[in-house]
Formats: sequence, C-alpha cells, structure tokens
Amino acid sequence: MHVFLIILALIVLLSAGGFFAARAKAYALADAGRINSRPSHHASFVTIATVVPAVLLMAVWMVASPLLIGAEIREGFPDSVKAQPASAQSLTFNTVTSVAYGLRQLPDAARERVAEDSSQLRAVLAKSGIPLAANPQPFVLKSAERMNALSAKSSYAMAAAVLAVALVSLALSFRAVRPQFQARNRVEQVVLGALLLASTIAILTTVGIVLSMLSESLRFFAQVSPIDFFFGTVWDPRFAAAGETGSPGQFGLIPLLAGTIYISAVAMAVAVPIGLYAAIYMSEYASGRLRSIAKPLLEVLAGIPTIVYGFFALITVGPLLRDISVELNGLFTGNYRNFIEAQSVLTAGVVMGIMLIPFVSSLSDDIINAVPDSLRKGSLGLGATQSETIKRVVLPAALPGIVGALLLTASRAIGETMIVVLAAGVAANLQINPFEPMTTVTVKIVNQLTGDLEFNTPQTLVAFALGLTLFVITLCLNVYALYVVRKYREQYA
Amino acid sequence: MSETFTNPNEAGDFRRRVTETRRKGLKRRHRAERRFRVFGFLAIFAGLFFLAALLFSVAGKGFSAFQQTTITLPITFSEQVVDPEGLRDENPRLLLTANYPALVQDALAKTLDLDPANAAEMREAMRLVSRSARVDLRDVVMDDPSVIGKTVDVKLLAAADVDSANKGQIDLSLPETSRRVSDQQAAWMAELKAEGRLHKSFNAGFFTHGASSRPESAGIGVAFVGTLYMMGIVLVLSLPLGVASAIYLEEFAPKNRFTDVIEVNINNLAAVPSIVFGLLGVALFIGFLGLPRSAALVGGLVLTLMTLPTIIIATRSALKAVPPSIRSAALGVGASKMQAVFHHVLPLAMPGILTGTIIGLARALGETAPLLLIGMVAFVADYPASPLDPSTALPVQIYMWAGEAERAFVERTSAAIIVLLVFLILMNLTAVILRRRFERRW
Repeated sequence: MHVFLIILALIVLLSAGGFFAARAKAYALADAGRINSRPSHHASFVTIATVVPAVLLMAVWMVASPLLIGAEIREGFPDSVKAQPASAQSLTFNTVTSVAYGLRQLPDAARERVAEDSSQLRAVLAKSGIPLAANPQPFVLKSAERMNALSAKSSYAMAAAVLAVALVSLALSFRAVRPQFQARNRVEQVVLGALLLASTIAILTTVGIVLSMLSESLRFFAQVSPIDFFFGTVWDPRFAAAGETGSPGQFGLIPLLAGTIYISAVAMAVAVPIGLYAAIYMSEYASGRLRSIAKPLLEVLAGIPTIVYGFFALITVGPLLRDISVELNGLFTGNYRNFIEAQSVLTAGVVMGIMLIPFVSSLSDDIINAVPDSLRKGSLGLGATQSETIKRVVLPAALPGIVGALLLTASRAIGETMIVVLAAGVAANLQINPFEPMTTVTVKIVNQLTGDLEFNTPQTLVAFALGLTLFVITLCLNVYALYVVRKYREQYA
Repeated sequence: MSETFTNPNEAGDFRRRVTETRRKGLKRRHRAERRFRVFGFLAIFAGLFFLAALLFSVAGKGFSAFQQTTITLPITFSEQVVDPEGLRDENPRLLLTANYPALVQDALAKTLDLDPANAAEMREAMRLVSRSARVDLRDVVMDDPSVIGKTVDVKLLAAADVDSANKGQIDLSLPETSRRVSDQQAAWMAELKAEGRLHKSFNAGFFTHGASSRPESAGIGVAFVGTLYMMGIVLVLSLPLGVASAIYLEEFAPKNRFTDVIEVNINNLAAVPSIVFGLLGVALFIGFLGLPRSAALVGGLVLTLMTLPTIIIATRSALKAVPPSIRSAALGVGASKMQAVFHHVLPLAMPGILTGTIIGLARALGETAPLLLIGMVAFVADYPASPLDPSTALPVQIYMWAGEAERAFVERTSAAIIVLLVFLILMNLTAVILRRRFERRW
C-alpha cells in the first residue's frame, strides 16, 4: 500500500514537472517563431504521456503479481498438501495468506521470536488481532515468509519498472515538443478516447447485469429444473440446516408472478384514473396559477423515496384499511372482525398507486400538450364542448403516447420493491382475494439474499433467476413503451 | 327538412320539439362537461390529499422523537462497587466491566426512598432508566477516573416506555395491565418530575448515535456517515463519467449502429428496476471482485451505476439546449471541435448538468432495495472509519427500524424519515434555485 502511494506521488510529481517544463519550452519556442499548438497543449501532452503508460503498467502489475505469486507458493507446498482436493488446498492457501498478512503487521522483535520458534505463531498473531483456528504446520510459516519476500520483491520491481516507464516517456514526450509537433491533435485524440470509454460504461453495465444474472441463473437451473421453476405453483424454498443436505425445496415462480401482477394491477387501477384526470385537468382546464402550484406539488410525490411509502403503508394505510373493514363488517353483520388484512394486496396496491400518480400524470401531461392546438380549435369550432373535444379528439390523438406512458409506469410497478416488502407480506399465496396478503418477485429476491449466505445453494441462487425474470419482463415493457412513445412523437414533430 | 307540413300548427310543433330536444341535449352535454371538470379537479385534489396525508402522518408521528426524556440521578461512584479490590492502576480495563447498574440502583433507592432489599420493587424502579446507563456511567468513569468516590449528578436516558409516557403517548387512564407503564412507575415519574429530575430536552443523541436495539439510545449518526460516504463516491464517479459519455454521444459520436445501441441502452438502464442493480452488485462486486459485504464502497458503486443514466440524459439535454451558433462561432475563430465543446458549450450547459446531477443524487439518496442485497442491513453501532468498513445508510436504517415491533421505534423511524425528506427537499430546492438562477434564453 505504501509503495503504491509513493509511486503514485512520484508519478504526479514527475508529470507536474513535465507539465511546467514543457510549457516553458513551448513558450520559448513560441517566442522564437510560429508553433503548431498552444503551449498548454504541449504541456498536457507531456503530462498524459508520462502518467498514462505508467499507471496502466502499474494496474496490470498489481492484478498479475498476486496471481503469479500465488501460483508460485502453491507450487512450493509439500506433496502431502498437493495430494489433497482443491478445496483443502485453497484453505491452506488462505491460511498462508492470513499468516503472511499477520507477519507483516508484527513488530520486528515479535517477528524474530516467531522465526525462532514457529510454535508460538498462533499466540503471537492472536495478540495482534489475527485469529487462527489451529497452530499451523511449519511449512505454512515458511510459505508465508516466502510470500512476503516475493511480494516485497515484486513491489520494488514494480516501483522500478513504473518509474522507469514514467521517466522514459517523460523524456521522449519532452523531446517531442517542437514547433511543428501537433500536440493539440494528440491530446484531443486521447481525450476523445477517454470520452468514448466513458460512454461504453452504460453498455458494460448492461452486459454486466445480463452476464452476472445469466451465469448465476444457469447455476441455479443446473440444480432445479427450469420447468419446475417457471411452471411450479408452490413456493417453498426450504433453507437446509447447516451441513445438512435435505430436500432442496420447491421454487415455483407462478405464485410470485401472480402476486406481482395482481398488486401492480391494483396500483394501476388507482394511479391511472387519478393521474390521467389530473393530467387532463392540468393541461386543458387549469389556470396558470393552479398549474404552477399543483404540478410541482404532485411531482413531489415522485421524489419521495419508496421506503417512505412502504412505512406509510405499514403504519398508516394498512391499519386504517383493517379498522375500516372492522367497522364495515360490524355495521353489516354485527361481527366485528376484520376482513382486510393490514398487509394485503390492497394496501400495497393502493400505496404503490399513490406513488405512481405523478408518473402517469407528468408523462401524459407532456403527451397531451404535444397534441397540436389546431385539432382542438377545429373541434371547438364545430360546436363541441371542451370535454367532448378532449374525449373525442385530444385523447384519441394522444392515445398511443399515453399507452406508452402507462407501459413505462407498469414496468415501474412490477419492479418496485420497498413498498411491497413492507406492505404486501411474505407468504407466497396463490389466491384472488385482494384483502389477503400475497408476495411478489422483488420481495422474494430481498428475502433470499438478506443474510450471510454463500452463493452456492439453490436458495440463494434462485434470487438471480427471479431477477433475470424481472429484468426480462421490465425490459420488454420498457423497450416496447419507448418504441411506442418515440414513434408517436414523430407524428407531430 | 325534406318533409313539408301542410298544417302550420304541425310545423310549429315539430320545431318546438326539435328545440326541446336540442335544449335537453345541450343541458346533458353541459352536465357532462361539468362532471368531467369536477373529476379532473377531484383527481388533482386526491393527489394533493395523498401527499398531505403522507407528510402529516410521518411528521405527526416523528416529531416527538426530537425530544428525549432524561432522568438526572445523583450517582455515588463508590469505590466498593466500581473497583472493590483497588486494582485499577494496574489494570485499567477493570473499569470497563465494573458493576455500573448497581450504582444506578443505589441512586434510585436513595432518590425514591426505596428499600434496596426489596428485589421486586427495585427491578421495577430500574425499568425507569434505560439499560444504556451502564455505558453512560462507564464513559463518565473512563473519561475522568477521579470521580470514583464522589457523588455526581449524571443525566441518564429514560427507558423508552417512560419516555413515551412522559410525552403523553401512553394513556395512563387505561387499566394498568394493558399499558407498559405501571401505576407505581407513573407515581415515581411524578415524584422525579416534582424534584426536577425528570426532563424533556432536545434529543441530540438521535443525530449522533448508531444502531441500537433500545429505541431510546438509537440514532441515525452512523447511518448518516455511511450515506455521506456513498454519496461522495456517487458524486466523484458518476459526475465525470456521466458528463464525459454525454459529451461523446451528443457532440462527437458518429450516427451508427454502435452509438444507437449505446443510446437505447442508456434509456433502458434508466428504467431498469433498482433491485436488479443490487443483484449486479452482489454478483459482480461482492461475488466476482471480492469486495467486502456491507461496505459503503460497494453501495456507492452500485448507486453510481444507477445514477449514471440519469446524469447522462440530463447532460445531453443541457448540451442540446446550447445553440449551434456558439459552436460555429468558436469553430470560426479557429478552435478545434474539442476546444469549442470544452471552452464554450460545456460552461454554458453547466447549470443544466448540475441540476440533473443533484436530481440523480437525490434519487440515489433515497434508494434502499439494492443496498439490502449487498448486505448493508448489518447492525452497525460504530462509525465506519473508511468506505471499506461495514456501514449502513439512512434509508436502510429506516427499513430496519420499520421492522421493529416497539412503539418507540415508530417514532424514531418517522423522525429518520423527516431527516431524509429534509435533505431531499434541500437538494431539490438547490436544483430549482440553480435552474432559476442560471436559466438562459437564447
């Protein structure tokens, strides 16, 4: 770590020196006659030339050297260890690594004591906060020492190599500062490359999402048949007790998918009428003042974190609906029992609907506003009332765009997590009563992955299969919605 | 009218009937018009009502958490209890494990005139004071060991139930068995209050403490530091990366298959569910790269990937809003394309970029789901020293408290939400002010 920081500091110093020297040289050249690029370009060129190759070399070195050293150390293990299976070997290797780390932390005196008598190793290391399960075999200490020696050698070699590269490229680039040298073009090429690199991050993220979920899902499907997953109607992922390999449980997607769609549907049933009517009123009827107050206020709803909605559902809406159901039941049947659970499809759906109102309203507001005024004027001129104009002319003209907006909203409802985690319940029920709890794909992803788990059992890997399903569903909705919205926009553009 | 009426009366009748129908039809149409308007108005009203209900419900529940009841007791740090064998000079760690609750017990017995031998009564009295008193007294002694042997007034946190009762949240008129504060405890509370030992004061601990299983000593300080780390990482990474890729796509990219794919991709990423980013974080940063679980670094990286599309989209529209004449002018005096963009277009687009960045950050600030997956639900009571240490974030702390059963946690959860919302409002206000201030019309 220290070596790393020192090298970085040296590179920065070198490049700063190169910057000022090159600038001074370029200014001197400029005084003597025309030069191709501005002195600051020459200076930047020298800086880039000094930093980039050196840092690249350092990065490669830092990734490669632990791998090489590790292979070397494994090579040096006694044959008895090499005969063991791979998992035991890597366990030994981990011990070596942690002993090596511990040795580096020790003060010199303690290190000498350990070197004399390896049986004290465990006690000494424990004192500096590194617990070992058992006193390691003598060869472990040797390997650890060898590892430390190799790493030290490697980091010195790295320092030398990186500094040499930096110095050489500094010298070469400094020599390149001449009147006819096109420093600006060179610098701009590098900057352009960096910009291009930055814009590929989005692609890399998508590739990362797809690859990571695909690979983990494949591992899941190696243990559980895809048919059982996609068409199973029972969700019962039994967590096996430690060390026990019992039945892997059942992973049926259907109840989760049903819950997701049901809750999203309830949410859309709340959000679409309110959002659509609000958008229509705001773009067609509202005075400028009402619009300037109501629109930002409604958009505040979109900025509130979903965890807040979840808490609102859990503490306020759920109990309220339950109490209302108690009163209603008492009023009609005399039996004061609630028929709405506090955690239910209805609670989650209603609260999620509230969250979605601003999405529907501002998306459709934009689209309604994009309908040309000539259509409205024509309709009003024929004697239609304003509402007739809206219903018969504006909305049909805006319909494809609105459908796109609703699809985008639906995809958000399907992917929403925190509201359903707190308000929908965790039981995977396959039922049609909106007053009972159901659970969703996102809730189960959270459930399966919270806790300290290894990613090798179907119980945890199933989260990736669920995530992949969710990703594919929302991706299809999004792509289709973007396509519809874009296609529609072009009509009036 | 193709019909011909021979009888003038009949013709008038027909006309009257037509007018009648028209009037009725017009009335109906006007009624429909009014109804439609009312529906629209009601929809806006409903939206605003929900907003108000949400804010009032949270604010009403959370406000009381900014105050905390404390009990000031004259604690006698007797040497017999703290250090019975007088070994503290040799082994200072002895003071860490001393029997501090006994001190509280003595002080309570003295203040309330109780018989220390009556175990049941003493137990009930001890329930007035938070169990975190042990830590508080230990800190007093560790800070200044010279208090041993003296009697000092120490302010101790009241237990959560006493706090609730003091704030009037527990209805003392209910039968004793159905509330969490007994009559005896209520009487003691009144006694302490009369002596001026029971106070309600500003709850500074709420802003400095970390997670705790006892509501009275739980705070958002640690979660806040974790959030700060993450926001710092998101800002440092996503702003330059987002701006750079927006500049490339908007100003330099050729129109071809590749850039088209990038563009569609960015729009899609902006709409991918946040929990999917959490899965990416688990698989890539924790599983593949081996970064530590529960670390602010991983959270920051995941949120960066989530925020990037927002910043790219905002930056692109800010760049698009700069008129081409600016570019042409710069190119006309001999600037390269790169110089035109970096020296002329980018500064003019900066307010728009900043607005987009703040909005992106605000969204990242409230994000919870991906952080749950990367293990930031850990119980963290100490301040993380670096972004690699286990930490938690404000929204995750809210989620964890929301799962607690005790009523005093409801209050704290709401208070934490108030703090979170205050930050969001501040950020959004900054964005609005920036936009107003630098808005330029060409």
